[in-house]
Amino acid sequence: MLHTKILRLTVALLLLPLAACAAVPAAPTTETLLDNGMRVIVREDHRAPVVVSQVWYQVGSSYEYDGITGISHVLEHMMFKGTAKHGAGEFSRIIAENGGRENAFTGNDYTAYFQQLEKSRLPISLELESDRMRNLLLPPEEFAKEVKVVMEERRMRTDDNPDSLTYEQFMAAAFQVSPYHHPVIGWMTDLEHLDVADLRQWYQKWYAPNNATLVVVGDVKSDEVFALAKKYFGDYQPSTIEPPKPRNEPPQLGERRIVVKAPAELPSLIMGYQAPSLHSTDAPWKAYALEVLAALFDGGESARLARELVRGQQIAASASASYGLTDRLGTLFTFSGTPANGHDIASLEQALRTQVRRVRDEMISNDELTRIKAQVTAAKVYERDSVFYQAMQIGTLATVGLDWHEADRYAERINAITAEQVRAVAREFLIDDHLTVAQLDPQPIDHQHPPASSGMNPGAMR
Amino acid sequence: MNRPLHSFLHTLVIVVVLGLFTGQASATPDIQQWQTSNGARVYFVAAPQLPMVDIQVVFDAGSARDDGKSGLALLTNGLLAEGAGKLSADAIAERFDNIGARFSNSALRDMSVVSLRTLTDKKLLTAALDTFATVLQQPTFPAEALERVRNQMLIGLQDEEQSPGAIAEKSFYRALYDHHPYAAPSGGSSESVKALSRTDVENFYHRYFVTRNAVVAIVGALDRQQAERIAEQLMQKLPAGEAAPALPAVPPLAGAETLHITHPSSQTHILMGQPGMRRDDPDYFPLFVGNFILGGSGFTSRITREIREKRGLAYSAYSYFLPMREQGPFMLGLQTRNSSAAEAQQLLHDTLVSFVKEGPQESELIAAQKNITGGFALNIDSNSDIVQFLALIGFYRLPTDYLDTYVARVNSVTVAQIREAFARRIDPERMITVTVGGGR
Repeated sequence: MLHTKILRLTVALLLLPLAACAAVPAAPTTETLLDNGMRVIVREDHRAPVVVSQVWYQVGSSYEYDGITGISHVLEHMMFKGTAKHGAGEFSRIIAENGGRENAFTGNDYTAYFQQLEKSRLPISLELESDRMRNLLLPPEEFAKEVKVVMEERRMRTDDNPDSLTYEQFMAAAFQVSPYHHPVIGWMTDLEHLDVADLRQWYQKWYAPNNATLVVVGDVKSDEVFALAKKYFGDYQPSTIEPPKPRNEPPQLGERRIVVKAPAELPSLIMGYQAPSLHSTDAPWKAYALEVLAALFDGGESARLARELVRGQQIAASASASYGLTDRLGTLFTFSGTPANGHDIASLEQALRTQVRRVRDEMISNDELTRIKAQVTAAKVYERDSVFYQAMQIGTLATVGLDWHEADRYAERINAITAEQVRAVAREFLIDDHLTVAQLDPQPIDHQHPPASSGMNPGAMR
Repeated sequence: MNRPLHSFLHTLVIVVVLGLFTGQASATPDIQQWQTSNGARVYFVAAPQLPMVDIQVVFDAGSARDDGKSGLALLTNGLLAEGAGKLSADAIAERFDNIGARFSNSALRDMSVVSLRTLTDKKLLTAALDTFATVLQQPTFPAEALERVRNQMLIGLQDEEQSPGAIAEKSFYRALYDHHPYAAPSGGSSESVKALSRTDVENFYHRYFVTRNAVVAIVGALDRQQAERIAEQLMQKLPAGEAAPALPAVPPLAGAETLHITHPSSQTHILMGQPGMRRDDPDYFPLFVGNFILGGSGFTSRITREIREKRGLAYSAYSYFLPMREQGPFMLGLQTRNSSAAEAQQLLHDTLVSFVKEGPQESELIAAQKNITGGFALNIDSNSDIVQFLALIGFYRLPTDYLDTYVARVNSVTVAQIREAFARRIDPERMITVTVGGGR
């Protein structure tokens, strides 16, 4: 049975190889800059009569500071609560009436809004997005309800999920100065004390044409989209955008360890090494070599973690590795996992550390490097199957301050990486003093399963 | 374990596959259908634009076929790529990864699914199909792999026990289906998983992984002859066997039943429901379109409006029918802080009661029809969408013109039909209600 699926758009999407392939040339993609500084990027993809439209704002949780954490995400929710022209909920109603799907997402480094529509309805989406870029009302009574919704979201995603809770604590320990310290959804105390005036300020500070990128991918003509963008966004005046202060994470001076005690059944482990992102590094090859390293550990069932820790030694029930290539600021190279039955967190950690020592000491094999490159080549073709994914790539790169053409050069970059370079980045970045380790220490869950009560009495409902 | 969530959506999108599956005559893919020489049904759509192919092989071998050995379908499915022919698990993984092919598998209540995505470059395609066919036709179920996968299933069960949402869903199905095969989750229970043997797995495989019990769905840059050859190759060494027998009908609920499980969570998860509809249900369209208005269309649905938009009680509040071979569930759900649980539960119930009593407004129906039909193209805009629909059409034996007639059938639904179908099928005073939480 194809079952109910809860789709979550996470940046994990972007951890899949971005790739580039000789077999399929990149779809024609063009960019223009409106006079007011708004960027417009259009990729023509004529496979199906659909279009995805995304407006990306250069603001996210890494732009926030203590006391107002989570504000970017709350504002994202409030963007559906009306302008003078379109009342609360109207945006969604109009898109629905036009057969569209819409949503929005907030990350560390961006806030983005999207619609997916049959291609002829693109102007409807652009008109609505244009309206809420400058004319948001932020009614206090809507805010009072919506901030409660966000608190419920936090409870559901984080507070009642021991793995998410551990990850949140882990990030807070790994980053002391960098704003990646705090969660995208915000600390509960900050959500409790947020008010409409804070939101209004945040909206005025960041929501401007010269802080936004419109990305349109689909069965469209770029000239026509540029004309529409000019029509709907071109009349807005730019704002003075004051970029956030850098808040660089200082060098870590020794290993950090934390324990999270929460009601849970399973222990779990997260280990993160400080590492530069593509944007924060002075040498782009290092970021791509770290990508290869992540694939070496976790690029499919034949990669080292699955082969050696899950199948071979059977120390891990699951294990993964990830790297924040497209983060705006300095990031982490992260391992996480759950021990297999009969093994504990300590032995899983030892096994992962042994894996790390090996990539520092030995060069990766030719077979492994060739396999990773083949996977990247194939992925470049597969990604063309989704217009949404293509728009995500372009929007992310543009919004974190990278050249979006990097998406098309990805395979080329990966193909240029050598085994020596992979060992070099392992030696430079996977070092013990730059490691943060978090472990989830499960606390007993006392389930009470009272016997089911049956009866026709509707009072039993309550 | 994947990297935890980094980005937060405005709302959770709950997609019930085919719930949102809509159609319109103008742009439907050309579905070709035939049988392999040994009786497997094949569904094919040519998609020449990208040099890749998606293949799904679906067997009527989901956990509804566990026959008391709960978890057996999932274990069998999960072991296919753990050793086949002369290949070890490592060798299988390498063969797919070496050429960038992606293999995946899953087992749910109705279906056991085995999938492949690969490039169509001749050399790569040949290599991928060779390994894929070996996995389908000659799994060896090594004892070592069985123990490892068993342990992973046990860990998976523990993982679910720390999630109030997962606990609620399992308890709901158990209460809803009682002695019906749909009662047990495909992951089984720790007792049942521990009791499974290699002989159980072999017997299950030999009984159900047969061509008369299989559907092959193919979408990609191939012509009909190539697709025919591929389907033959994938099925050739499997015996014809017999299709799985009909499942028992789902008995109606005897009465209302409520169940509370205390969990140390800050929220209470609430699920309510009844047996819903079959995939080939005569009331499919009135119930589907009606539910779209009630709780199936996100922000424009009544449940989201009452629970979230008007009162801020939950992040996600919804209702859906999950059509299955036999009656899948009709389910309403939300999660809210413990102190609001009683209020939210009452509201959810009241919203259902008034919908069943009064039916939708004409304006609501028109809006729903516009939403469902106007976005048709989005549902089939990728090969991965289309291959899923082919598998579904094949598995449930829907007509191959199903897509072509879909819009007309959605548009023909009336307010009176929705009101009548809900009144006849849904009894708000006879619901299973499960609440999990309250412990913090």
